[in-house]
Amino acid sequence: MKGRPRTLVDKIWDDHVVRPEAEGVPVVLYVDLHLVHEVTSPQAFAELRARGLGVRRPDLTLATMDHSTPTTPRRSAALPVVDTQAVAQLAQLARNCDDFGILLFELGSERQGIVHVIGPEQGLTQPGMTIVCGDSHTSTHGAFGALAFGIGTSEVAHVLATQSLLQSKPKSMEVRIDGQLPRGVTAKDVILALIARIGIGGGTGHTFEYSGSAIRALGMEERMTICNMSIEAGARAGLIAPDETTYEYLAGRPFAPAGSAWDDAVGAWRQLPSDDDAVYDRRVQLDAAQLAPMITYGTNPAMAIAIDERVPDPAETRDASRRAELEKALRYMALEPGQPLLGRPVDVVFIGSCTNSRISDLRLAAGIVRGRRVAPGVRMLVVPGSQQVKRQAESEGLHRVFTEAGAEWREAGCSMCIAMNGDQLAPGQSAVSTSNRNFEGRQGKGGRTFLASPLTAAATAVTGVITDARTLV
Amino acid sequence: MDPFTTLTATCVVLPADNVDTDQIIPARFLKTTERRGLGAHLFADWRYDENGEPRADFILNRPEARTAEILVAGRNFGCGSSREHAPWALMDFGFRAVVSTEFADIFRNNALKIGLLPVTLTPAMHERLVALVTAAPGTRLTLDLSAQTATLPIGVTERFPIDAFAKHCLLHGVDQLGFLLQAEAAISDYERSHRSRVCTR
Ligand code: SF4
Repeated sequence: MKGRPRTLVDKIWDDHVVRPEAEGVPVVLYVDLHLVHEVTSPQAFAELRARGLGVRRPDLTLATMDHSTPTTPRRSAALPVVDTQAVAQLAQLARNCDDFGILLFELGSERQGIVHVIGPEQGLTQPGMTIVCGDSHTSTHGAFGALAFGIGTSEVAHVLATQSLLQSKPKSMEVRIDGQLPRGVTAKDVILALIARIGIGGGTGHTFEYSGSAIRALGMEERMTICNMSIEAGARAGLIAPDETTYEYLAGRPFAPAGSAWDDAVGAWRQLPSDDDAVYDRRVQLDAAQLAPMITYGTNPAMAIAIDERVPDPAETRDASRRAELEKALRYMALEPGQPLLGRPVDVVFIGSCTNSRISDLRLAAGIVRGRRVAPGVRMLVVPGSQQVKRQAESEGLHRVFTEAGAEWREAGCSMCIAMNGDQLAPGQSAVSTSNRNFEGRQGKGGRTFLASPLTAAATAVTGVITDARTLV
Repeated sequence: MDPFTTLTATCVVLPADNVDTDQIIPARFLKTTERRGLGAHLFADWRYDENGEPRADFILNRPEARTAEILVAGRNFGCGSSREHAPWALMDFGFRAVVSTEFADIFRNNALKIGLLPVTLTPAMHERLVALVTAAPGTRLTLDLSAQTATLPIGVTERFPIDAFAKHCLLHGVDQLGFLLQAEAAISDYERSHRSRVCTR
């Protein structure tokens, strides 16, 4: 008998049920890979120690240092860490990994980098897996057809101790994007357009599955950019079914299966895509051909417009609380209703973060910067997502493109995405940033963030004002 | 975790929608390795001015906030980062419950894990509550977790939804990690019948 048609998420979920839901107790779900970083883990390890527990599967756990690590150019082996608390936090992670036998890519390691960049580049992120991390952008790993989601520190302790989580199954939402992206429109613009369309809470309670010809045409790094920001629409996870693009990316990576294990794995991965007649709880569609480069104007990622549009007027918003929210956002951003963003001066351009710090992002930005100079008075930071990305970029000479233009070429880390490591905006400064959050103060207290693609960010860096990259090439 | 059964307490209203966890506890306070002490930094950038002085007009600096145990927030509270520091900071400040019309998923999960009750009301009931508290600061709301009801002092009651297991854990102060550890046999069975997909060793 033919079984009920299942989605990609259904298949992964079913495959990881340790104990089914019963008598009001949620499913015990097995975790294939647990990623750990310094900020959300110390209290979880402390919990283990307090209870005399060990880490059940250190062999399924990987730790990295990324959030509060310095990214200043390395002159000696040791980098100055920004403050004593950060030093203590990093030291605590090193001690925890040592005590519990967890592989750690520490500061100075050739494999160190942002947690959501290193998982995929090491080949640890694979189709069909369940992946968790105490970090909301764990959704990034969904690009490989993995069910990957962020958890809190209490749950980090649960996974460390049991390799499992108590979970209720989320609802499903198909995000279908067909058609061909116009020139100059990138994955970042696609996801910003989606969030602007459905709202910052539009995906709450759901996992997204991205489908359609526009998604199929994207490379793995672009797919990661899209899945990364699923959480900005409230969805905990965003997945893309694996295909030849996925397998090609994974083949030969350090932790990917090899030899006959590879063939077995690919055979299993080919079973993962959603069945043709699978049913989703909700569906939304975008037409790729209609999309334009996007930029945010406000203080959450849904407050985004096409780059040549004007800032909306709160007076045209009916809903009183939305109007108040918009007014507050424009006040914070020092913007007038109806104002164009094009031509607005900025102080800083940040290229980095787990959204847009991979080699393809740096190539896009370098393509704009090459032969040009960063505008006077503008500070441009280019922060590769990992040491491996950094080395690759240097082997292609991209670092020289940036430094010769007057940009700062940094060590790998989260940097100004979260401004925990000393890289931050001063109060009142504006930045075009390729990161994922423009919340008040996210890039430094009082700082104003405009989220955009690496193309838009690079074009803005060389002109000093918010610029449509399509007008430069 | 301490059990949560009923709570009758004063409310403070923070009317903004889409309050993200970067506002609840800004990232620069995440360098701690402790759970305690974050209440001092709750909503730091809204609560204090450039000189670190409390802004008199911010709700948490008003006298009624000192004894309030219920935060009445706008729609989609707790969106953004997964930091459990957000519910820790709210609890450390003295809140035992947050009331909204909608919570972000990770925030709700994190809050439930540490005994901070997220109460989802209908927009109509939420509006009434906000109006009452705004008109009369110090208004008390009664939350009965067992009955899943929120009751206004004027006698109006509404039932709120909550996941059955989370409710059970809150009512009885169940330690979820302890509970999960009891699934040991099932977890071992699963591991025997499923090969690990990766190995970081
Ligand atoms: S780059 Fe930014 S969003 Fe990504 S993990 Fe680091 S802090 Fe979080």
